[in-house]
Amino acid sequence: MYISASSSTSAADGAPGLRPGRRAGLLRTVPANVVALGAVSMVTDVSSEMVSAVLPLYLVLQLGLSPLAFGMFDSLYSGATVLVRLVGGHLADRRQRRKLVAGIGYGLSAVCKLGLLAAGSSVGALGAVVAADRAGKGLRTAPRDALISLSTPPQALGLAFGVHRAMDTVGAFIGPLAAFAVLAATGTAYDAVFVVSFCVAALGVVLLVSLVRDRQDPPPDRREPALRAAFGLLRAAAFRRTCVLTAALGLVTVSDSFIYLLLQRRLGIAPEYFPLLPLGTTGAYLLLAVPLGRMADRTGRFRMFLGGHVALLGAYAMLLGPAGGLFVLIPALLLHGVFYAATDGVLMAAAGPMLPAGLRTSGMALLQTGQAGARVVSSIILGAAWTAWGPRTGLAVMATGLAVCLLVARFGFPTDDARTDDTDSSGGTEAPDDRAPGTASPNARAYDEETIA
Amino acid sequence: MTAFRQHARFRLLAPVVALLVLAGLGVGYSVHAAKREAVPAVHGEPIDTARPGQLLFRNTAPGAGHGNIAAVPADTAGAPRTVSGLGCERFYSAAGTGVCLVTSTGAVPRTYALIVDRQLREVRRVKLSGIPNRARVSPSGRMVSWTVFVQGDSYNTGGFSTWTGILDTRTGYAVLNIEDIPLFIDGRRYRASDVNFWGVTFAADDNRFYATVTTKGKTYLVQGDYGKWEAHTLRENAECPSLSPDGTRVVFKKRVYSDAARPWRLHVLDLATMLETPLAETASIDDQAAWFDEHTVMYARSRGKGGSDVWAVPSDGTGQPRELIVDAASPSR
Repeated sequence: MYISASSSTSAADGAPGLRPGRRAGLLRTVPANVVALGAVSMVTDVSSEMVSAVLPLYLVLQLGLSPLAFGMFDSLYSGATVLVRLVGGHLADRRQRRKLVAGIGYGLSAVCKLGLLAAGSSVGALGAVVAADRAGKGLRTAPRDALISLSTPPQALGLAFGVHRAMDTVGAFIGPLAAFAVLAATGTAYDAVFVVSFCVAALGVVLLVSLVRDRQDPPPDRREPALRAAFGLLRAAAFRRTCVLTAALGLVTVSDSFIYLLLQRRLGIAPEYFPLLPLGTTGAYLLLAVPLGRMADRTGRFRMFLGGHVALLGAYAMLLGPAGGLFVLIPALLLHGVFYAATDGVLMAAAGPMLPAGLRTSGMALLQTGQAGARVVSSIILGAAWTAWGPRTGLAVMATGLAVCLLVARFGFPTDDARTDDTDSSGGTEAPDDRAPGTASPNARAYDEETIA
Repeated sequence: MTAFRQHARFRLLAPVVALLVLAGLGVGYSVHAAKREAVPAVHGEPIDTARPGQLLFRNTAPGAGHGNIAAVPADTAGAPRTVSGLGCERFYSAAGTGVCLVTSTGAVPRTYALIVDRQLREVRRVKLSGIPNRARVSPSGRMVSWTVFVQGDSYNTGGFSTWTGILDTRTGYAVLNIEDIPLFIDGRRYRASDVNFWGVTFAADDNRFYATVTTKGKTYLVQGDYGKWEAHTLRENAECPSLSPDGTRVVFKKRVYSDAARPWRLHVLDLATMLETPLAETASIDDQAAWFDEHTVMYARSRGKGGSDVWAVPSDGTGQPRELIVDAASPSR
């Protein structure tokens, strides 16, 4: 964090005052703003994972609510983010206040940790707090990713997102451990977990306010009504194709919990080890996010994005195949982690240069909303297939769909589109006809070189 | 340049100050909470679970012994309770065999089914995962069963998963998840794999059992055969059955109310005629009831603020529910 505090200029192009060699290898090429955002996300993830880890226990064992109640919570989780994400993206672009909108999102989630205490045992109030927490997450994601991409030179976007996602994942690792440490230290005081989680989240907000810098771009054409500008981005062929493909791949992406459940059943993993399965995926994601992000910068981000889905297909194949034991468990979790490392941040890195700076938040929100929505639909499809034909056939259906999508993506998409983000071309690589309407002026920089405002 | 320096100083100082203040707040609150939760270690009083004429339950009164297994005389249930040193989330006892579901909070939370003898001493420990939900022992004390809810299974699907296990204490053989048992719905072999079982109750022969199964959004009452290892549905909409001492009836919870969070009313089903009778308790009960005697069932009734009391109601639909034990849950004889 000293890095982000000490250097306020973009490090990527050897800003004056920054002696080369003062930073350890990789970080030299990652802008301070990205490291700062990574620190914010890491701290915030510690906070939110603390709550997720203990919430079911709290609801059922402490409040005596029926597990039915947390089934209802789950649907709230996914539903709450969709609209908020789009509106937040639009507001951030409209006023060119990405940091402000992201900050409101982080702040809302922080306050919700205290809201859990205030809600007591009322199912309605608890549901509202959880939904608001999720809304905060929906609000902050797109402005944060837009800030990352605007703070980074185009040729290093994959690396920057990799560093951010790796830091984020560290938080996801620490969160549950911290929560159970607090529970153990206080003699199972859930309220102490919520208060500590609030403190951690509040620290995240302070880090955002003090260390992260916003940037001002010419706002999009104000005469355009509300969300039309965002959807107008879809008129650009490259971005439209990216959205369509991302949504299509989202439709055939099986949810994490389903993967773990299938692994558990398939390998007869003892129930006591079940909670440890996600650690396999997260561990691989954590270790590979940076190297794969960097590789994406060199070999093409779109190619990496598709490659990640090939890894997912490999994980499906492991689950469907005849092998058993550790020969399935380890590769399946590893491939699942590769999938995340090669797609999550990489997609944002690939999309960034396609979007004019002034509309970048809206564009990213649109892309993320499409992906999240498609994954919800995927759960419904898979649930129906599972019920009708059983889990293996259900998974085989998804695997076939994924293979078809990948073939279409490989042969149906012109290579030059898939390579718009390649390293050898810098800055505005969009072909003129691909440029979105209401785009930033040609001399607007694609990344952040500004000095202190 | 001054502005720059001030800005830089703010950027450095703000996180440090915030870290100190927030760490102080978090630690301070935790210390306060730990003091509040720190109850004088209960000097566990001896309980003999095989002694007739008593009610065993989980003591939920605040203070020392919260969560511990306790006993009162069955005929004067309001009498002062004898509180043991054994803490459980769910408990049941029959014929001197007890099952105690516990969660421990360590670096990774763990859940165990502890099998305890008549002095509540642990004789066996089964490692589980998830949130304790149901616990039951067959009348002879031989067959032990439990249900836990599994976290993380259901994200995005809006449902939940259960793992129900059965332990034969005579052979020591444990099935950790019975959902692979061949299931017949209305006489036809059923193979969908979204089945979840919960709430097992064994008959006196230690072989026949009843349970709830859910698939495709419907719940069924099933009758199982442990030896043949198969289960047949008996009817729809019946959860958490509990077999009467004479083995002719089950008390169960049936979904009748539209409130999604409080949908259940206790009913009794006559297994010979398959006729059901709603009980006089109209509050929604989320518990696997137990039998106080041949004509009365008992159950934990939530107070809505996190606490619960044990109530009793006649099993023939007459009379009124009455409060049996305050601050209590998981009743058994």
